[in-house]
Amino acid sequence: MGDPGGAKRTILLTFEAAYSGIGRLDRLSYRDTPVHRLDPRAKVVATMLFVVAVVSFPRYEVLSLLPFFLFPALIAALGDIPGGFIARKVAAVSPFAVFVGMFNPLFDPGTVEVLPGVSVSAGWLSFASILVKFALTISAALLLIATTSFPGICRGLRRLGMPPLFVSQLLFLYRYLFVLLEEAMRVVRARDMRSFGSRGTGMRVFVRIAGTLFLRTVERAERIYGAMLARGFHGEVPSMRREELRLPDAVFLVASVSFFALCRAVPVPETIGRVFRGLAG
Amino acid sequence: MSHHIIEFRDVRFRYPDGTDALKGVSFRITHGESVGIVGANGAGKSTLLLHMNGHLLPTSGDVTIGEVPLRKETRPEIRRKVGVVFQNPDDQLFMPTVFDDVAFGPLNLGLPPGRVRERVHEALRRVNALGLAGKPPHHLSGGQKSAVAIATVIAMEPDILVMDEPAASLDPKSRRSVIGLLNGFTHSKIIASHDLDLILDVCGRCLVIGDGAIVADGPAEKILSDAALLAENDLELPLTLQGRHTMGGTKP
Repeated sequence: MGDPGGAKRTILLTFEAAYSGIGRLDRLSYRDTPVHRLDPRAKVVATMLFVVAVVSFPRYEVLSLLPFFLFPALIAALGDIPGGFIARKVAAVSPFAVFVGMFNPLFDPGTVEVLPGVSVSAGWLSFASILVKFALTISAALLLIATTSFPGICRGLRRLGMPPLFVSQLLFLYRYLFVLLEEAMRVVRARDMRSFGSRGTGMRVFVRIAGTLFLRTVERAERIYGAMLARGFHGEVPSMRREELRLPDAVFLVASVSFFALCRAVPVPETIGRVFRGLAG
Repeated sequence: MSHHIIEFRDVRFRYPDGTDALKGVSFRITHGESVGIVGANGAGKSTLLLHMNGHLLPTSGDVTIGEVPLRKETRPEIRRKVGVVFQNPDDQLFMPTVFDDVAFGPLNLGLPPGRVRERVHEALRRVNALGLAGKPPHHLSGGQKSAVAIATVIAMEPDILVMDEPAASLDPKSRRSVIGLLNGFTHSKIIASHDLDLILDVCGRCLVIGDGAIVADGPAEKILSDAALLAENDLELPLTLQGRHTMGGTKP
């Protein structure tokens, strides 16, 4: 890092890259595949149950979790979502999980028998379990977003009984996330254009930029509220879509829930191992 | 058709910070008229527009839309009569898809879903944006956003259409198509803009605002060709009336 501008350039690049990453996720969600066509409610419920099933495993479980990877893999394949893109996104947030689990190997020095005759350090095992659970839940959530348009998810949540105020908040978050990010990007560009080397990129300038963006956001919110009032807004954002659950949605939901239940109740890899051993013996 | 009349009588408005933005504005706009409002930055154009649908209420004086006097309680009724297209389409388009956004107003008016669908279809057809119905606003170009913003307002079928800079920051072709759109509406129209050529193309009448008061009011062609009046108000002749050679192009 001999070049003083290098660090700054990376910051800028990561900002724009993060923005285009969100944009890509958003564009993926407007594709047309069998997975995209499923009712948002079915996908939201399936994803939630998936997360609950995965998280409910005891802390030393790793092998029994592995069959669950079939679910995100199938969704990605049928939904035509590039697996590498999702994997990179999961890797990008993985430091959180690593921090949560990194002390387990130090504080939990015992050993656990994973397979008959094979024992592993308990701490490392629970660390691995955390990482696997993390990878499973995050990839499932990302795939939900990549295969369902955000408004669709909001409609699904509303139909599932989420209070209208929260749903409106989510809708506005989605709508103005892009506007705000673009505004921030323009401000950052304008700053970089007039700051040479590392001057003008310090914390004080950053704080002012954040303040300016905040004020602009407040002003914009006022204008938006004015535009809403001008068109008769009185409390709830109306929606007129009335989707019915169709056969494919029901099939998808029943199939995925029974798969989760099976994997949760039966330690699949162990059973398969036993069956094979039975055949061999 | 008296219900399409807008009347301001000695309207004054003072912002909470003490700025006198309007200092006694009076005018009357009748049914089917198309009126341009021009003036320097800070002359009071936007403040004036914000009075037309009750976003601001006059400090003193009266605003009457149709037979309805503008008061706090009559605002919902007035907003049904007056549709405002704001300057920045990003502020106007707040719903996740174009369809939902155009349907927002009609649904709030309490129309049944079948009628809402018809209105949305008709409004989008009129602005040539039917193909955009399923798209999220942040995937649209600037010109498309402006067209959809206009559709969101005409879907409510207001009697009077009010616009703040309808063609600002549009490329020439999109600007042209917005002008074509505006000329296609039979509503009463009130358009505030610095684009004097647009006013000349769309409006029959023109009001000049300077320092919170009406400085001139008359036929658009007459007012917009009065170079001295325009210069006094930090404006200039519309480009189509300037003629290149008067700008010093023929100097040896």
